[in-house]
Amino acid sequence: MKDSKCIEELKKEFDAYAEMYSPEGLDREEQIRMYSIMWLMRKFEEAVKPLWMANKVHGYYHPYITEEAIATAIITQLKKEDYVGSTHRGHGHLIAKGGNINKMMAELFGKEEGYNKGRGGSMHISDMSIGMLGASGIVGAAVAPAVGSALKSWIKGTDDVTVVFFGDGGANAGSVSESMNMAAAWKLPVIFVCENNQWAIATDYARITGEPDLYKRGTGFGIPSYRCDGYNIYQIWETAKAAIERARAGEGPTFIECKTMRMLGHHATDDSWYRDMSVCDKYWEIEPIKRMGEFMVENKLATPEELEAIEAEAMKKVEASIEYADTQCHEPSPDTFYDYIYTDGEVIK
Amino acid sequence: MSIITLRESITQALREEMALDENVFIMGCDVGLRGNPFGITKGLMNEYGEKRVIDTPISEAAFTGLGVGAAIAGMRPLVEILYADWITLPMDNIVNTAAKTCYMFGGQANVPIVIRAPFGVGGGVAAQHSQNNENWFVHVPGLKVITPSTPYDMKGMLKSAIRDNGPVICFEHKRNYSVKGEVPDGEYLVPIGKAAIRKTGTDCTIVAYSYMTYVAEAAAKELEKDGISCEVIDLRSLLPLDYDTVMESIKKTSRVVVVTEAPLRGSIAGEIVGEIIDRGFDLLDAPPQRLGSKNSPVAYNEGLEAMCTPKKEDIIAAVRKTFE
Repeated sequence: MKDSKCIEELKKEFDAYAEMYSPEGLDREEQIRMYSIMWLMRKFEEAVKPLWMANKVHGYYHPYITEEAIATAIITQLKKEDYVGSTHRGHGHLIAKGGNINKMMAELFGKEEGYNKGRGGSMHISDMSIGMLGASGIVGAAVAPAVGSALKSWIKGTDDVTVVFFGDGGANAGSVSESMNMAAAWKLPVIFVCENNQWAIATDYARITGEPDLYKRGTGFGIPSYRCDGYNIYQIWETAKAAIERARAGEGPTFIECKTMRMLGHHATDDSWYRDMSVCDKYWEIEPIKRMGEFMVENKLATPEELEAIEAEAMKKVEASIEYADTQCHEPSPDTFYDYIYTDGEVIK
Repeated sequence: MSIITLRESITQALREEMALDENVFIMGCDVGLRGNPFGITKGLMNEYGEKRVIDTPISEAAFTGLGVGAAIAGMRPLVEILYADWITLPMDNIVNTAAKTCYMFGGQANVPIVIRAPFGVGGGVAAQHSQNNENWFVHVPGLKVITPSTPYDMKGMLKSAIRDNGPVICFEHKRNYSVKGEVPDGEYLVPIGKAAIRKTGTDCTIVAYSYMTYVAEAAAKELEKDGISCEVIDLRSLLPLDYDTVMESIKKTSRVVVVTEAPLRGSIAGEIVGEIIDRGFDLLDAPPQRLGSKNSPVAYNEGLEAMCTPKKEDIIAAVRKTFE
């Protein structure tokens, strides 16, 4: 149930808050698909922490939980040939692009059948067959290479579009600004999506950023720039739709800041001791899955039973992916140690 | 055959590969209208258009990153860094993205990018336009590093680099740009990873690369007058490095001097000597000698600049030392 009083309180401090609405051109079927994708992201990531505790998965994984609306609203509008540049918080981006969760889970298990044959793990998951240019372990560093795929589309004269994600932390990397300038100068078909969760690892972005409205940076480079409520899948969808159309038509880049709030630690085992997590309590009231579900029920787009079935279906898929990774996949053979350092089977020791 | 400068050999390689493969494009500061400070890309923008010879802003970190990303997406970018000193700016995209992507992605993506970087001491351009930093990249698995010193090698190896499916950094010594040499009129390639013997000899092996090959040849010529026959090896490629050729030569000469223009401390000269000892300590009749620049930034003052790098006389002295 929606807690209206809590939401009224939240509006006072969350300046990006926007009411939910039905955008033109978004049919019921697509909304159900988007809702299902968000659940798949959520269930996938909720499953990983216990696997980490059980020593099935190791290293770092950075949850996308409560940011699901952003990737879903934007990436589901892309075609297969379009490119997505991701971040260290990339599981959701890959799922939205149509990635295979079995291969993703196998990668987290470090198995040969994983997307990256166990060489990359959570921070480097990629699927080149669907234009998923890969998650990246270095904050802000993946932006320039992703804009490079837009450069390709520009050189070749195709209508492929690139969407590149980064956070409020990544926004402060110099090459992000340099890339925005080049995208603007040459009208590259790219959409810069700043997922502003207000925390750069363990530092509140307000302490390290002069202008808190990050979308204004796009304006500074001559890029049409917008701010969205990062929990409002409809507003993001509509803003992205116009941006994608612009890019496809050769009219150049768009900057979209999706303001949200990081409601978990930086990575799975970060207990957030450095911040007051009670701040997040109000935000859970508008977390994107709950919020979209409530909107669809209120507007008779779906019944609660339908939504529950979608959640259960997502859970089943995730359980199957764990079963696959745990029982049907293999450790990489030591004989393949030097594989993929160079291309075409070349080994340089 | 025609005789051309090394500078012209680069232009020929670029022009030919751009004609052969429409995925090849050039990007960098002043590469288009100006044709780069050394005139290497002059005219190419007129031939291939502004989308295949792209004048970039002075944003090395990001435009190299764009090149890396375009390569991942299937293009074959030639990214030019005006002076190798400034390769520090896109270091992250070279080391963490270009070199590692194929591996991290389990072979899903290749990064067929070529980065051209003019390097080396000379001309009074001081510490930020003179550096020899080729050694840094030899430490990075996933990269290839080439240092061709003749027009023939430059053209053939650059063409091989452009066709290579992984990242290659081509270090071009600024003092070599005017070197002239014969180049075949037709198509040819020089493979990456094979050293060349510039002068055969029987008494001492001198291992060098890029501009130092010419200094080593001059030293060998002088030593010849005194009856010391040196074999001069031009490595041509530092990663991979052709140790087979080096060891074959040492089998014959039992003595070796390794020369680099980079500051000696931590340089590839030490690495090569280490590898020689691992592979064939027993072949050596004398301790191997290492020569490199002094451990100093490069000075503006002509005298101080000249003091920095190994000279013909230094190589001669090092060779003589192997006979003591």
